[in-house]
Amino acid sequence: MPGKLKAKIVAGRHLPVMDRASDLTDAFVEVKFGNTTFKTDVFPKSLNPQWNSEWFKFEVDDEDLQDEPLQITVLDHDTYSANDAIGKVYIDIDPLLSCEAATVISGWLPIYDTIHGIRGEINVLVKVDLFNDLNRFRQSSCGVKFFCTTSIPRCYRVALVHGFVEELVVNEDPEYQWIDRIRTPRASNEARQRLISLMSGELQRKIGLKVLEMGGNAVVGYLQCFDLEGESGLVVRAIGTACTLDKLSPGTAPNTTTHTNTHTLPNTAPTSNACNSPSKDSKEPVFSEDPPHSLSGPPTPLRTLPSSSPPPFSPSKPCSRQSSSSDTDLSLTPRIERFVSSPGVFLCPSSPTLSFDSPSLPSSGLILCSIGSALRAYTPPPLPSVQSEGSVLRKTVSFSEELMLAASGMGSGGSVGKEAGPLKTLLRQHTQSALEQREFPIFTLTCFPPGFLVHVGGVVSTRSVKLLDRIHNPDEPETRDAWWEEIRQEIKSHAKALGCHAVVGYSESTSICEEVCILSASGTAAMLNPRFMREGCLDTGGSDHRLSRQPHPGMVGSERGEGEVSSTWLGFEDASPPSCGFVHIPYDEFNMPFPAQLTYCYHCRRQKVPDVLFTTIDLPAEAEVTGKGCLIQARLCRTKKKAQGEVNATSISNLLPFMEYELHTQLMNKLKLRSMNALFGLRIQISVGENMLLGLASATGVYLSALPAPGGIQIAGKTPSDLSYDQHISTMQKRIDDTIAKNKELYNIHPPKLFTLDPEAFTGLNTECIEEVVGSPIPDRQRSSRLFRSTSESSDELSELDLSHGKKDAFVLEIDDTDAVEDIQSLLTDAPIPAGFYSCNTEVMPGIHNWTSGLQMFTSVRVYRLSNANLTNQGLNKIFTDLCENLLKSLYFKLRSMIPCCLCHLNFTVAVPEEELIQVAVTAVAMSFDKETQQAADKALTRGSGENEEQLQFSMEMCGESTISNNQPTAKPSGVPESAMVHSSRVSSSERCSPLPEGRSRSLRSTRSLPCGAPVTVVKMTPLSFLPGTRIVKYLGIINMFFIRETTSLREEGGVSGFLHSFIAEVFAMVRAHVAALGGNALVSYSMKECVFMENPNKNQAQCLINVSGDAVIFIRESDQEAIPPLLTSRQTSSTGADGTT
Amino acid sequence: MSVELDVFVVNTTIMDEEVYQLWLDGYTVNDAVKVRMEGGVLEGCEASAEVLHSDTMDQYRTFQMCERLLHSPVKLANQLLFQIPPHRQVMLIERYYAFDSVFVREVLGKKLSKGTKKDLDDVSAKTGVTLKSCRRQFDNFKRVFKVVEELKGPLVENIRQHFLLSDKLARDYAAIVFFANNRFETGKKKLHYLTFQDFAFCAGQLISNWTVGALDNMVEDMDVDLEKEFLQDLKELKILITDRDLLDQHKSLVCTALRGKTKAFNEMEANFKNLSRGLVNIAAKLTNTKEVRDFFIDLVEKFIEPCRSDKWTAGDMRLYLTHYTNSAHVLDTFKHQVVWDRYMGVIKSCILKMYHD
Repeated sequence: MPGKLKAKIVAGRHLPVMDRASDLTDAFVEVKFGNTTFKTDVFPKSLNPQWNSEWFKFEVDDEDLQDEPLQITVLDHDTYSANDAIGKVYIDIDPLLSCEAATVISGWLPIYDTIHGIRGEINVLVKVDLFNDLNRFRQSSCGVKFFCTTSIPRCYRVALVHGFVEELVVNEDPEYQWIDRIRTPRASNEARQRLISLMSGELQRKIGLKVLEMGGNAVVGYLQCFDLEGESGLVVRAIGTACTLDKLSPGTAPNTTTHTNTHTLPNTAPTSNACNSPSKDSKEPVFSEDPPHSLSGPPTPLRTLPSSSPPPFSPSKPCSRQSSSSDTDLSLTPRIERFVSSPGVFLCPSSPTLSFDSPSLPSSGLILCSIGSALRAYTPPPLPSVQSEGSVLRKTVSFSEELMLAASGMGSGGSVGKEAGPLKTLLRQHTQSALEQREFPIFTLTCFPPGFLVHVGGVVSTRSVKLLDRIHNPDEPETRDAWWEEIRQEIKSHAKALGCHAVVGYSESTSICEEVCILSASGTAAMLNPRFMREGCLDTGGSDHRLSRQPHPGMVGSERGEGEVSSTWLGFEDASPPSCGFVHIPYDEFNMPFPAQLTYCYHCRRQKVPDVLFTTIDLPAEAEVTGKGCLIQARLCRTKKKAQGEVNATSISNLLPFMEYELHTQLMNKLKLRSMNALFGLRIQISVGENMLLGLASATGVYLSALPAPGGIQIAGKTPSDLSYDQHISTMQKRIDDTIAKNKELYNIHPPKLFTLDPEAFTGLNTECIEEVVGSPIPDRQRSSRLFRSTSESSDELSELDLSHGKKDAFVLEIDDTDAVEDIQSLLTDAPIPAGFYSCNTEVMPGIHNWTSGLQMFTSVRVYRLSNANLTNQGLNKIFTDLCENLLKSLYFKLRSMIPCCLCHLNFTVAVPEEELIQVAVTAVAMSFDKETQQAADKALTRGSGENEEQLQFSMEMCGESTISNNQPTAKPSGVPESAMVHSSRVSSSERCSPLPEGRSRSLRSTRSLPCGAPVTVVKMTPLSFLPGTRIVKYLGIINMFFIRETTSLREEGGVSGFLHSFIAEVFAMVRAHVAALGGNALVSYSMKECVFMENPNKNQAQCLINVSGDAVIFIRESDQEAIPPLLTSRQTSSTGADGTT
Repeated sequence: MSVELDVFVVNTTIMDEEVYQLWLDGYTVNDAVKVRMEGGVLEGCEASAEVLHSDTMDQYRTFQMCERLLHSPVKLANQLLFQIPPHRQVMLIERYYAFDSVFVREVLGKKLSKGTKKDLDDVSAKTGVTLKSCRRQFDNFKRVFKVVEELKGPLVENIRQHFLLSDKLARDYAAIVFFANNRFETGKKKLHYLTFQDFAFCAGQLISNWTVGALDNMVEDMDVDLEKEFLQDLKELKILITDRDLLDQHKSLVCTALRGKTKAFNEMEANFKNLSRGLVNIAAKLTNTKEVRDFFIDLVEKFIEPCRSDKWTAGDMRLYLTHYTNSAHVLDTFKHQVVWDRYMGVIKSCILKMYHD
């Protein structure tokens, strides 16, 4: 019995008229938690009732506190008939359970009804008294902090990264229960909302337990998703990264302004110190001292590793082809009855390689096998081999300490992998094992502390097609668990094939259509610095990793003693300087997992780098980028025959690899067209509908200075005999060259001449080419085999190339049919971004540093109806591309008042809600920046790139500039929507207790009395993890809300657009209100994870489900650091002060 | 391919002032798109008419959703649905309650009833203001009227606080409410030359001098109704025209003061009795509600028109009225100085305002 929940109902306002006769309402409130319900008195005849209730107290288990929401129902009292419900408020208690988050929930919250939307507001006070439970076997996990943010939260320092946590709960969907036939839509919607709220609470609690078990105290990068499987049930699943976080004391709090400056760094925690001192949060057991824990690291030998081992291991042999391939095939073995097939695809740079898993179902085997054999299919090894491999790895744990020291001595030379002796191999295996002893060396983080990421291999992704079956026993969601486990295993093995021991920037998603479900997972294979995995420490909080382009002096000093590490920071002596280390290949040069051109790094000239790099993570702060980045999208639509059951699943899984391949080709072409060489934040979504599949890949392209300059695109004709055809090709070629040149100018890509050979010069001169076939539908098997042969040929060619001189090859597009011509057309018809705009889907735009405080978060949803049922793939592609382009154009137009601005974190979600319908939803934030200082920064950047000294100077300049821009954040004249609000937000927090405007008291009738009006707190929302020009001083807890809205009067509400528009506006309003009630003034890492829209215009009905999440925070403006954040105590008085006034 | 659904929702509500005005003016989405295109918004943006249409639709929807809140502007400040910066809120309200002077001139003094609302299509046709906009303006008048009807305190102040309007606009609304409440006739042909601002000025004068609130500012309806007692007292002024001696005395006093100061002296002297009878009769009749409605038409017919036909200048008018008012104080048998001043003060400023072409 370790918790007491207290709630007080203060007042209501703007209530709807429930009694037509008097135009008034007799409202009262029911407060329910678990099975206990309290009621307030009826406040008769008022639309602005003042209940001022006593404190309702619930004595409950902390387990319930975590699972259950507090449910507040506002009703209209009716003497003769049943009381009418006005609406409900669900309050998630979770933020009150952690001592570091919010302490009270207090404020006006919208009263929500699933049929009528928001119907007035209610003022409540909620508190929790929690008693500490020391029971080892407790089922609750109060106190574990959750963050949606996929980087280390701004006012924390990470002491340890424990690793992957996942959980999944299933239930029957109330919408599909028999009772739904007899209950009202409202009751059904409410049952669903409540169930999902309960399930997410339970899920969070279970994840929390796992975190405690691992010895952590927080989950970062928490990603929770719903699968509405229809008949077969409702799945709520979540993944995250368990960490041990230390709160930074306010004095040393890091500067969160990011990208602009590097000045405020805490001096308190040099790396070495923190390394040895256990975290202050003493209730969390130190990882290795937790004996009962199964995943605990090996005791002594490993603990010495962090300080002595060189973080960047140069690529070497151990990850041999054999072992990785055997691992890759892990998933081949069928494990589940209804398992259909899971084609896994590596998305690696250069030409993509498809690795097919041969299907397990005999029925579909015939088709797939034939394709599979045309590819480089692996022979499936027996399952036991995997286990044995596991045991081998586990043995490595027992290496002696001496060996470790010796090994670290060896590693200091920064030699290239092949020279490394066996000892190094062992060492490498050892660090690998530290990760691999965990079941899944997977991290949901996309942004890392400096030094965390050693090398990045490339994108790994897996998709699996499943047939849904009713979940028979909700308490044992084994099937779904097994599905995901299988997928994660596969991801892990793909990463191994790339010579990496971990996967970062990991995410999972599903697409469901009827009974078919595509499970997808993707991430970036990477080598991580093992220091962070154990009690080592990193000072992430301190040096804001986004910004710090150079090490903090103190840090360098403290690390110098440790040899290797300091040189990493200093950049030049070491093999892998921070600005380029992560792009060095982690895999073996002579046993490459996929064909790629390797060159020596353009930055350090010591190690090999690939020609192109694809990743799902954010651009590391230490990465050196030339020019700016831009959003790159590949779009694809494929028709498919309508089918049922396994036939359907098989046809989908047959299509998937081709779609991946084509998306990849498109991405590559567009990347080259923009003269860039790396993709960050890659997200490929494949959505399934009844008669089509949609594929959308979004990423942010950049030019990494350490990678070779991309070659141009050359078009080759298949039939050179025809003269006019030649002419056509040459005009096309010219257009492409022009576009490339234009793009270079646009994105300011002028690589330093020091290392780079002008790619232009090479386009014509090339002799050796990698053959690439432009993505086009593959009509028959003959063609497809040709396609793949060509890629494998290219890989043969590759090995013969001399790659050491940084020679650049042109990228050849081969035109052999009209399809390809159209593809090139579409390549070129991507509308250019209007002047003054930039866009990216990562957290920040590389090359833009001086943000102003003007920002605007938006969501746009469009549904298109395909009128023509018999569209070809080509036609569909065109439509889909136009649709995305038009949507972007529309966004640019609407946000034109913010120019110069960048659309950050552009997140597209596509769905096929019905046959012939395509739904596209976009959420992003538009942030304006300062043009003048930007140009100065650009100059500084071009000057500084390549040379360390100048780099230093650059970042110092940046500091200066940032202060300038920070001092006058609102000085921008152009009507930036929110810049004016910034001011008011500050005012409002100080004026909360201000008395009513005097005139009110004059009103005669009580009904006329206007609701008391403390100004509404301005709440900013952003999908990013920070707000430019501000410092986040406190995380108040996670916001995770699920809403259903339904209407039976669609036309009256302005049709589908009117309905959805008001619903989204209501969702925003509710999110803001809850953030404000927690005492916050912003929601960061906001995302709309689900937006399911269904309509039936004939019946005048529509329904929509929305799930949103984010982290509620308190921020203060950078310019007034001394300002007092909105105090929770004053908030309370303000709300009580408001009581008496009306 | 057709767009089935298209929405764009922002955290901080963006409102394009130009589109807002078009919406207020009752343009349909298509017409608004046309106007915007001609206005050249697309210049510099690589956007098509389609984009413009989608944007206009979005904004129109937002305005429609906001409209409910604009009906009680105080709610706009503490509602949670839209996060609108305060200065934008002010703009939204001010523009929403703004009205066309051509339109208001048509309905001024009419009963704000359903019947009048039904006739709005005629008004729309006559004024060229769209019916939609007419309805909005009419509903605004009616809403303000209903709210302030039952409130204590000064009219202008009440309007300003309940509708968060600027002082200027609040005064205009006070005039509209005042006219609607007293049903002053403003539609007669002879009154056509008067603008809304003329009437608003007069209303302001009447409100601050002739209503209950002019004496005690804490009474219900204080600014809306004329003070009954005062109207009764006005009957006493009749002595100025019924008593022959008094009339002659008054005339000679005025003429003495005016002689040589104006070219229109002869006409003034000749018409004095007529004009004086006119003004005093207006005063005496005001106890009758029916006559109150004709207050302005009477002023024009009985006073302004004769003077205009005699070609008085505005200066003549001022001179005449000043002396006419002041001379009454000198009459020893005339005991109603206070009422006379209260009456003539308003009449003088009203006539001066109304005396133009």
